Amino acid sequence: MEKETVSLLLNVLIFLPIVGVPFILVLGKHQAKYIALVITILTFLLSVFIYYEYQKHSTIDAAGDYVFKSAYVWLKANLGYIYYDVNFITGVDGVSIYLVLLTTFLFVLSIWYSMNAIDDKVKAYYSMLLLLEVGVLGVFLSLDLIVFYIFFELGLIPMYFLIGMWGSKGTQVVLGREVQARVYAAVKFFLYTLVGSFVMLVAILFLGYIAGNALKNGTFTTDFIAITKGYTQIQAWLSSNGYSPFGVEKWLFLAFALSFLIKVPVFPLHTWLPDAHTQAPTAGSVILAGVLLKMGTYGLVRFCLPLFPAASVYYASTMCWLGMIGIIYGGMAAMVQPDMKKLVAYSSVAHMGFIVIGIFSFNNEAMRGAILQMINHGISTPALFFLVGMMYDRTHTRLIEKYQGISAVVPTFTLMFMLSTLASVGLPGLNGFVGEFLILLGAFKSNYVSNGIVVISTTGVIIAAVYMLWMFRRVMFGEIIHKENHGISDLSRSEIGVLLPLVLLMFIIGFHATPFLSEIGKSSDVIVQTVFQSKIAVPSLGLN
Amino acid sequence: MDIQNLLPLVVILPFTGAAIIGLLGFLSPNFRKQEGLIGGLAVAMVAIPFVIYLIAFLNFDGKPLIFDLFSWMETPDLKIRFSYELDELSLIMGMIVTGVGSLIHLYSISYMHGDKGYYKYFLYLNLFIFAMTNLVLGDNLVVLFLGWEGVGACSYFLIGFWFKDMEKAKAAQKAFVANRIGDFALLTAMFLIYSTTGTLTFREFLYIGYDPVTLKWICLLVFIAATGKSAQIPLYVWLPDAMAGPTPVSALIHAATMVTSGIYLIARMSWMYYNAHEVLAFIAIIGALTAVSAAMTAIAQNDIKKVLAYSTVSQLGFMFMALGAGAFTTAIFHVMTHAFFKACLFLGSGSVIHAMEHAHAAPDPQDIRFMGNLKKYMPHTSKTFFISTLAIAGIPPLAGFFSKDEILGKTFAAGHENTIYYLVWFIGICTAFMTAFYMTRLYVLTFEGKERFQYQRTHDEHAHHEHDDHHHEPHESPAIITIPLWILAILAIVGGFLGLPEIIGHGHYNWISHHWLGGGGSPLVKNITLHASFFTEIILIVLSIAIGVIGVSLAWKLYTTQGLQGDEVVKSKLGGFYKVLQNKFYVDEFYNAVIVRPFVFLSDRFVMFLDKEIVDGAVNGAADLTDITGGIIKKLQTGLIQNYVLIMVCGVIAVIAYLML
Repeated sequence: MEKETVSLLLNVLIFLPIVGVPFILVLGKHQAKYIALVITILTFLLSVFIYYEYQKHSTIDAAGDYVFKSAYVWLKANLGYIYYDVNFITGVDGVSIYLVLLTTFLFVLSIWYSMNAIDDKVKAYYSMLLLLEVGVLGVFLSLDLIVFYIFFELGLIPMYFLIGMWGSKGTQVVLGREVQARVYAAVKFFLYTLVGSFVMLVAILFLGYIAGNALKNGTFTTDFIAITKGYTQIQAWLSSNGYSPFGVEKWLFLAFALSFLIKVPVFPLHTWLPDAHTQAPTAGSVILAGVLLKMGTYGLVRFCLPLFPAASVYYASTMCWLGMIGIIYGGMAAMVQPDMKKLVAYSSVAHMGFIVIGIFSFNNEAMRGAILQMINHGISTPALFFLVGMMYDRTHTRLIEKYQGISAVVPTFTLMFMLSTLASVGLPGLNGFVGEFLILLGAFKSNYVSNGIVVISTTGVIIAAVYMLWMFRRVMFGEIIHKENHGISDLSRSEIGVLLPLVLLMFIIGFHATPFLSEIGKSSDVIVQTVFQSKIAVPSLGLN
Repeated sequence: MDIQNLLPLVVILPFTGAAIIGLLGFLSPNFRKQEGLIGGLAVAMVAIPFVIYLIAFLNFDGKPLIFDLFSWMETPDLKIRFSYELDELSLIMGMIVTGVGSLIHLYSISYMHGDKGYYKYFLYLNLFIFAMTNLVLGDNLVVLFLGWEGVGACSYFLIGFWFKDMEKAKAAQKAFVANRIGDFALLTAMFLIYSTTGTLTFREFLYIGYDPVTLKWICLLVFIAATGKSAQIPLYVWLPDAMAGPTPVSALIHAATMVTSGIYLIARMSWMYYNAHEVLAFIAIIGALTAVSAAMTAIAQNDIKKVLAYSTVSQLGFMFMALGAGAFTTAIFHVMTHAFFKACLFLGSGSVIHAMEHAHAAPDPQDIRFMGNLKKYMPHTSKTFFISTLAIAGIPPLAGFFSKDEILGKTFAAGHENTIYYLVWFIGICTAFMTAFYMTRLYVLTFEGKERFQYQRTHDEHAHHEHDDHHHEPHESPAIITIPLWILAILAIVGGFLGLPEIIGHGHYNWISHHWLGGGGSPLVKNITLHASFFTEIILIVLSIAIGVIGVSLAWKLYTTQGLQGDEVVKSKLGGFYKVLQNKFYVDEFYNAVIVRPFVFLSDRFVMFLDKEIVDGAVNGAADLTDITGGIIKKLQTGLIQNYVLIMVCGVIAVIAYLML
């Protein structure tokens, strides 16, 4: 198929899920779940088709442009004092393609799972999920900063409602007042993210202004590729207009990074995550852990590194510190959680820490590992959330102490749980190992990360084994002590259907990661290269 | 047929076996009942690779056999493929793993008969062989690591096999975590090797020069990894607890194969250790301390498997003493002989435990205080156990004598360079004495002397069965169990002749060290060659024979005449220290108090306090969330979906409007 046609399909892909919304609203609540399922399956198939086409081409041409890229004039205005030229630019490369596939895939599974789990306000529920999918796909595919920002925000709203309306029941005391826990979690999630993204918006507007002046004679532009390519011109313009180029770059980097680091999340910006995860309905947790967190790390890779290469190098060690703290802190916090879902949530903080370290190591191995690990974490953690959710549907509790010995009555559940646990722990042969190994191997080799940080981070594999296996033992092993647990039913066929693809992927990536790595590498090497070129552009930094 | 084409089967077959048994067992309840089919399949998937190894061994011409399956993870600089290399060292290890493995699979068919998890057991066992094969054949450290962690995972599954017992599940978890600490060191070693040399393939990084500091760190880290897997101080604590698993598993994984992987890895990297003398001395000291402390503990244990477990730790310590003396081939020699006699001992103990369980004769079927005189009922088990006891005690001409004598000889010779090795040697001699003593104690209390159990005549409800009383006697196990015992016992008798001492023809007849592993100008395993004088050698040999004989006869006399009272004699000699030994030096308690509890406390109190009070406190304080919350949500929840969509659209428009203005 023609490249142009495929590029066009990217836009179709982004907006396809929203097509389902009117049908859901009109056709009524009994059909809602089927419409949602069909739409997400279609979206998934379309993304697979795009992947198929993508594989046949190299992704970035000689000029450094995306092979699959489309641009539409969107906002073009002359307001007298400033010209706007904002285009709806989308494109896909090796960094985003697997995240897109993961997104469309996880949405199918989430909706499939929800069909039996959600019976409250179904029309709104499925509409929200579909809107969320639009937001997420838009984030991974847009190549204009304003467009990116809008999608980034768009994902926030449906997630807010998913947590606030379909979240779990129960109250908690905050600042001396009793509030609904899910509402507290939803608002916390919303405000945390909003604060970050508002700072980013200011940065985007400022960047659009200076880029416009430096590259397009004053026409405001947020074309990501143009800005990246015009890096040296922007630097030159900044210095000739009395700015310190590196100073500006640092501030812009920090503004972008703040927004992304909240999403990742890293310590100390992470406290929205355990609440949001715990309160969200299962599908919400799955999407949250599977793809929403990746918006943060994806943003770092896609935007922070190429746009602000010198600042990325400058702050690399800070970022790696944050990643390392996340690994240890998240692991220690996970270990003492009495609530299974919260445990898995804190484990995400630890896992995402590895990815941050991989990104800021700036070499082939670590960057590949980091991007692959985004996918890996998007497979094993959703599997764990599904499992916890399935058990919650049966027993209505997530407290570890309410279980014990249940593997005797739920053998299939045990098997799936064991495999997901081992994948999460990073056992070689399953997916988690490949990512973590490449990240740490690359980071150790890298000159930007101190070996001490890498070694301490590596102890994360010990802590992970402790908290995951400890939970597993307390839930699964021993004699059943709570009588009501004798009657727990094992996984249904439909539930196995949700989990099986994830488990298969764990093995496929675990044993044969090379094809994934080479697709990722096509683009990630370019990003690493961009960072290295910055050293030439900014010799005064004295980096080596 | 060309052997080269068959080689991939040694990796593929065990995996296929595990996959078939796992899938069919999971899907079909009927298949689960086909014990013969499951067991037969599992045995074949290990026995066929053994035959392939054997053919490869007999036709081996000195060139390593290489085969490659498929790519695992490749980046421009790092090429990790599922590539394997059969050389002298991996052939020996492969033959031990699949040879002893086949016998233990066979034994398990009967041993696990009637167990609810029968198919799972063989699934894990085949999977273990698969992982172990990766460990010993992998041509790079990452494939080795797949095996390294894979055997750990199988060990975890199998220790916790009877998971309804929480203590067993705890033992499994402890093993996994202790191993993970070692794995952490191995990962770090890999990072260091890769950042120094740019490769993780053995043949590419082993034979090049390193700066001494890097070399020291790599060797030290790999050794720490080995202390995890091969149960040395300070990480050995998991192994005694690992006896919670089924006994054939203890024989295969926790005695003959997995726990020797650390020794294998260091021998594999001998070219690097060769130049790291400080690390070698450290290894020797740790090995000696582990050997002696475990042997002392074994004296005061009453659980038949616990004694054997501590004995394994102690023997592994001997192997590390050999490594530390730079006698890498000697360590591998002891790996081999130990695999024979220790597997035999464990399988024998399994036979005993089964008999005791069957007889309902004792409150605890593993407690030797309730055994005695079992040779009357179990002639094959007792004979093979006796042979292996003499072998481990170092009585010539059994296998253990040759390997242990060689270790002691090499450590003594190393003392010429660094006097610390004399101390290591002295500790070794003391340990050898204790080994002879506690193993003989174990044998005598189990098989000789008075019966200290009473099997029930017609006590329980099974009584009205037509099974008559004598069925409740302990009785000998069936042939499928005794045949493996005898094969191993015979190997424990003759295995030592593969490594005859130096004094016979100047080592010319030491096949394993001088011909197979360490021969030629550029051997695969590079020993630090140190020789004691002929005269010294003779004295050392006489001494080590004397030590063994004295140890055996002392214990024999004490326990045949006094029975359990023999322990009182030991107790009176050792005084308060005996209690320390009984409690295993309080190491578990120490680790709990110093590491586990503080860590949990820190997580629970410090981290969670930080999380809830400081970070979240700041967040809550900054935005008084509850106020905002109440208002927004009340309004929204009364509306319909249309309202939400409207609000969203408004939000997006607001952003765009902001831009325009």
